Amino acid sequence: MIDHMSALFTLGNMQFLLRGAGMTLLLTMIGCTAGLFGGFLLAYARGSKGTLTAPLRWGATAFVEIFRRIPFLVTLFLVLYTAQMIVPRAPLFWVAVVSICLLCSAYMAEIVRSGMESVPAPQIEAAEVMNFSRWRITWMIVLPQAWKVILPSAVSYMVMFVKDTALASQAGVFELMFAGKALANRGLDPFLVFATVLFAYFVISWPLARFGRWLEAQLARRTHEGDRR
Amino acid sequence: MAHLDISGLEVRYGTVPVLSGIDLAVERGELVGLVGPSGSGKSTLLRALVGLVPPAAGRVVLEGKDVDYASKASLRGLRDHAAIVFQQYNLFQNMSVLDNITVTPVKVRGRPKAEAEAEARALLARVGLAGKERAYPDQLSGGQQQRVAIARALALKPALILLDEVTAALDPELVRDVLDVIKDLAGEGITMLLVSHEMGFIREAAHRVVMMDAGRVVEVGPPSQIFDAPTEERTRAFMSKIIRH
Repeated sequence: MIDHMSALFTLGNMQFLLRGAGMTLLLTMIGCTAGLFGGFLLAYARGSKGTLTAPLRWGATAFVEIFRRIPFLVTLFLVLYTAQMIVPRAPLFWVAVVSICLLCSAYMAEIVRSGMESVPAPQIEAAEVMNFSRWRITWMIVLPQAWKVILPSAVSYMVMFVKDTALASQAGVFELMFAGKALANRGLDPFLVFATVLFAYFVISWPLARFGRWLEAQLARRTHEGDRR
Repeated sequence: MAHLDISGLEVRYGTVPVLSGIDLAVERGELVGLVGPSGSGKSTLLRALVGLVPPAAGRVVLEGKDVDYASKASLRGLRDHAAIVFQQYNLFQNMSVLDNITVTPVKVRGRPKAEAEAEARALLARVGLAGKERAYPDQLSGGQQQRVAIARALALKPALILLDEVTAALDPELVRDVLDVIKDLAGEGITMLLVSHEMGFIREAAHRVVMMDAGRVVEVGPPSQIFDAPTEERTRAFMSKIIRH
């Protein structure tokens, strides 16, 4: 056991795992940031009225419904093979980034939408009757109230999503899980390797989960910015 | 011609008619109370007038102008002259009282900020809320919020104000303050349609009362007629129920 441990816990191996963990964190951050923007655009498109924007509305709805329902692994391979058709040597990192953005946007779209729907309808109708444009209603009235509902859900989704990024290793993307598999393949004790990987996932997601809960408590306590202005 | 002329107005939810053939002419500066049982279409009538519910048929003429609810430009024109106040959640919760009142004059109509703010302060004083400019809606009572909502409507300088059960969600002791503000507005040249269950107030303040039932106008007349000597059986039945409870 001691031998196994000293074989695994070398500076080189730890740096290797750390690079994997860094990539996991990076993929999570990119996914959730892009997802928040993409999700907003999708939610905005889905909420449009009128016949002219109908194709946009249906397109956004189809996007959200499809990518929320198919397994992430399927999305990943879909993007991988599509990318390879267009660019023969498509870099795997970007394949992972694109897949992750697709998935995150679809999920965040629902989080953003339910956040925007939490704003009482009469406020929106009042603005409509006062000749506010839809964009102005969203920007000046809905989002300033909805983000308090959106943010905690977005963070808790992010915590879940950290784990989903492990699937990217299936497409050969270098991240934490991939680093673990590589070490195990090198003949290091798989139990120890994956226990270390598990610990690393925990170290990434636990503070994030705590941050989410803290944020929720803060936002619940603070009803509006006016108190501190 | 009447200031607001509604003829043959119809609203349907799917195939279910909610308003059928509403005819009503309202003179400038008139305060008209709408009464009737729940679900009789009073609120729907107000919502249809400002285009929140698209009418299926009929004609609405405000200040001599035909309103085309299918046309965005026509609807914008109408909404420049009409304001509506709802039962609750009227105010933008993320804005101060002052911003609530000035946001439309400044951002939508492009008026100078200082001018709009001075007017807003005067309006707040008028509804008895001077000094509350910096407060946020959730720091005010329901009655105060409704008075801000009325001040906000007035800041638009509307020719027509629609009041949809504006006191229904308030604690009884706060109702009077709001009603006093409304009464104060009557006779200032602003045409008002008021949906309310405050029968005492309607009897005292309204120039005319419209009795509605099942999406139709049953009877129109001065308060003395509707409350004391209704000509229609349906009105009589409704009034007797109101008085008895």
